[in-house]
Amino acid sequence: MVHKKVNIDGSLFEPTLYLVKGMCILDNDGNRILAKYYDPAILPTTKEQKAFEKNLFNKTHRANAEIIMLDGLTCVYRSNVDLFFYVMGSSHENELILQSVLSALYESVSILLRRNVEKRVILDNLDAVMLAFDEICDGGIILDGDATSIVSRTALRTDDVPLGEQTVAQVLQSAKEQLKWSLLK
Amino acid sequence: MSSFKRDKKEEEDTGGNPYQNLDKTIILQEARYFNETPVNPRKCSHILSKILYLLNQGEKLTTQEATDAFFATTKLFQSKDVMLRRMVYLCIKELSKLAQDVIIVTSSLTKDMTGKEDLYRAAAIRALCSITDSTMLQAIERYMKQAIVDKNPAVSSAALVSALHLSSTAPDLVKRWANEAQEGINSDNAMVSYHALGLVAATRRNDKLSTVKLVTRLAKSPIKSPYALCLLIRLAAQLVEEDDSDASQPYMEFIECCLRHKYEMVNYEAAHAIVNLRKTDRDLAPAVSVLQLFCGSSKASLRLAGARTLARLTAKHPTAVAACTVDLENLISDPNRSVATLAVTTLLATGAESSIDRLMKQISSFVSEISDEFKIVVVKAIRRLCTKFPRKHQSLAAFLAGMLRDEGGLEYKAAIADAIIALVEENPDAKETGLAHLCEFIEDCEHTTLAVRILHLLGREGPKSRQPSRYIRFIYNRVILESGPVRAAAVSAVAQFGAQRPELLPNIKVLLSRCELDDEDEVRDRAILYNAILETGDPNLINDYIVNIHKPNPVLLERALRDHIDAKLEEPFDIMAIPTEEEKQTKEDIVEVEVRKPVQVSIEEIYAEQLAKIPGIERLGPLFKTVPHFDLTEAETEYRVRLLKHIYARHVVLQFECTNTLNDQILEQVHVRLEPPQDYEIKTIVPCQKLVYDKPDSVYLVLEYPSAYFDSLGTFGATLEFVVRDYDPNTGVADAGDGYADSYPLEEFDMGCSDQLRAKAGIDDWEQAWERAERASEATDTFVLPQHDINEAAKAVCDHLGLSKNAITGDAVKEIRGGGIFRGGAPVLVRARIASSSAGVTMKLVARSPREDLAQLLLAAVG
Repeated sequence: MVHKKVNIDGSLFEPTLYLVKGMCILDNDGNRILAKYYDPAILPTTKEQKAFEKNLFNKTHRANAEIIMLDGLTCVYRSNVDLFFYVMGSSHENELILQSVLSALYESVSILLRRNVEKRVILDNLDAVMLAFDEICDGGIILDGDATSIVSRTALRTDDVPLGEQTVAQVLQSAKEQLKWSLLK
Repeated sequence: MSSFKRDKKEEEDTGGNPYQNLDKTIILQEARYFNETPVNPRKCSHILSKILYLLNQGEKLTTQEATDAFFATTKLFQSKDVMLRRMVYLCIKELSKLAQDVIIVTSSLTKDMTGKEDLYRAAAIRALCSITDSTMLQAIERYMKQAIVDKNPAVSSAALVSALHLSSTAPDLVKRWANEAQEGINSDNAMVSYHALGLVAATRRNDKLSTVKLVTRLAKSPIKSPYALCLLIRLAAQLVEEDDSDASQPYMEFIECCLRHKYEMVNYEAAHAIVNLRKTDRDLAPAVSVLQLFCGSSKASLRLAGARTLARLTAKHPTAVAACTVDLENLISDPNRSVATLAVTTLLATGAESSIDRLMKQISSFVSEISDEFKIVVVKAIRRLCTKFPRKHQSLAAFLAGMLRDEGGLEYKAAIADAIIALVEENPDAKETGLAHLCEFIEDCEHTTLAVRILHLLGREGPKSRQPSRYIRFIYNRVILESGPVRAAAVSAVAQFGAQRPELLPNIKVLLSRCELDDEDEVRDRAILYNAILETGDPNLINDYIVNIHKPNPVLLERALRDHIDAKLEEPFDIMAIPTEEEKQTKEDIVEVEVRKPVQVSIEEIYAEQLAKIPGIERLGPLFKTVPHFDLTEAETEYRVRLLKHIYARHVVLQFECTNTLNDQILEQVHVRLEPPQDYEIKTIVPCQKLVYDKPDSVYLVLEYPSAYFDSLGTFGATLEFVVRDYDPNTGVADAGDGYADSYPLEEFDMGCSDQLRAKAGIDDWEQAWERAERASEATDTFVLPQHDINEAAKAVCDHLGLSKNAITGDAVKEIRGGGIFRGGAPVLVRARIASSSAGVTMKLVARSPREDLAQLLLAAVG
């Protein structure tokens, strides 16, 4: 028998680290690019997951309302160009924690893709994004919430274009962009 | 590499997705490249990500395929490329669930986890812990302890999180790492401190005292990490909830302090905790003002969090929420429809009667845009309004009917139908209009279950209305137009009219005989049965088989039938012995958006599984009822024992659910020495062989009731007897010695009337039933009750006899009209009149039952 301390009306949040039920990135047709679900009790099969994602996408792709409750899950989301980022938690969870995970996800992917957050680029760097997923959340536990530290841990391939082959202009350009974004933040 | 780059260019040029149309077999072929030396990191990494992508898209690999891929992947350990190595870890984690012999990589991972490269170490720990099992854990324990206190935060976090995952399978082992984890709480790194706190709290989950210590210590020197603070607030809130005395004051102060923290996440966590803990409006004020601020935020999540928590509060503290009316009004037109819905429903719940019409107009402006879940929230809010302002029923019912006509899923439609049904049942004025709306709805309803429910309601309520014939037309239309199940329900509904309205009987008979020619067996059978019963004109028969039908709990019925087939086929099966379906308790009305609800299971269903362990249990016949558990020990003692009484027709099964709360002891051969009252006979004892720390297990005793009902009342004494064996929680080794016998006294408990009586939930026509039982044997007596208040007295009597509180009526003179079925299946009816007199509260109790001894027993139970 499971002896879990559940208060009578279940109104208080449960003191657990397993907060994230799932994270996913969808394209602008609602197809999955990458998705992870962490609670075996919720959406156990890929079929159910994809059905849920379709439903989620239909409900969210037009209205930019950043949060929605769906099928007993609180989903926070954010989109850019042709990508949609979602973080799911139980409907009985601190929404702001989920929001912080979402921004960690979005920010780290954005840094990894050098601010070109769009489908073509993400597919070219899917390995790095997979590593970022792994660094943000481990089996439902938030592993890290800070984008820069996540990126440093995903071991971004710095030799993408060897520095020698980059023109001075390119280096300057990327430096400028970095600066611009850090100011805009 | 150059060729590969060109490949990639080409793919890009075609503008295609490099991951589109991936073929499983081709990719698994590609995994052969992993054998090439030297390893080409880019290429291999790309292949790995393709494999991972396939898995992520739900492609299924066979065990063989997964194992092959897994072993190919292990070849890549020879490469020193950081990114590739990390992808290898990721693959190991994903494939380990599917492949065989994954343990093979343990040594490579252990090497990485103790190596110099920090980027490897953290990820290697997590990969290792995901493939390892508890036997191998011993071997890596030393490294884990070191990793937990490692300087590098990534390594430390990885070790802590992995330990937490492992604690579900090897709790004792992980507990030994708690000291290392303790140090981590004070780490400068926010995440390490969060994970450490999580691990420490998890290992102490069942040890309240040390949780108290932990929270007290940390509340004084607050931690910086916002996540960790949120967790600490949750722990503190739990302590406050469990112990509401002054001792919890420091925790409350800590939580209040967090309202002023710089992170909104923490503010919200604290406000949420306070809202769910506090009892008075004044204490709530600071939390409410934080939520109020959230409502005005530019971020939708903040607004939703604020509105949602305020909405929850309406049920308990409407006045506290009333202060936020202005803020909520601003949210009505919020672009996030979820927020808008919550705001409107909250306002509806707190607002005055005058503002309803305006708010309803607002809702109807956007009701079509919101999701079904929120529509259900709106429906529920309206349903509450119907109860609160009965005078508004006209407009509310019209609104609901409008919603009923809109598009929507079954759950949404069911919620509306529920609301209208509730309206019909509660408010006599609204009955006619409500039923009319429902009639109209079933004319065009595609949900079979819903149509059946509504037909059932029409059958129940229709005959009582002024013009019952109106409804018959609607119901009979169903017989002509709908599918089998709906037709059958319609036939039953029609029969109700025939049973309750004699003036309609001839017409009903004509209708029923038409149905006797139906294609569907069920419809035909029902029609023939009802016609035959109506033909007899016997009021008892009509009552038992048409008006008040026995509705057994389907799960228990199935089990009883199975037992019956196994044990005693020759005897007739008695359906009346199955517990009836309980009336669903209506939950406190909270505006809440929760779609995933726990399934309601009756207590009998929960324990039926466990009882099956007792040898010979099937011979006892079907379970009559289970009495909810109560404690036989004080809280916070060495051993916790709870008692459950499972009542059968002639037997009772006592289930002692024992929990050992000492982690340095194992109890063996646990049994209960029982001192039953006279004439009880102990049939079987099922002892519990071994009781380890924190794993509850049960001792069962099967007793036969005394042959006379009257002797069944009595008090039982009990002692828990067992052999204690010392156990070292650190090494997990039990003491080799024999242990010593010990016993532990339990509190006494009673077998009363309420245990053996199953109250009938709400007998509609109690009066008639009472009249019909006139010829049955009757027992009467007058009592003086110790209570001073007649309300309390009435409740106490109901408790004592096992009747539901709904049975109490009357004001100055309380009358209890109840009834039920005693174990064995004999019905009992009770009438008690309670009045206060100069001597105190007196009661006249009359019990009627076909069995005289039962009637006597009821009186004895009170006296």
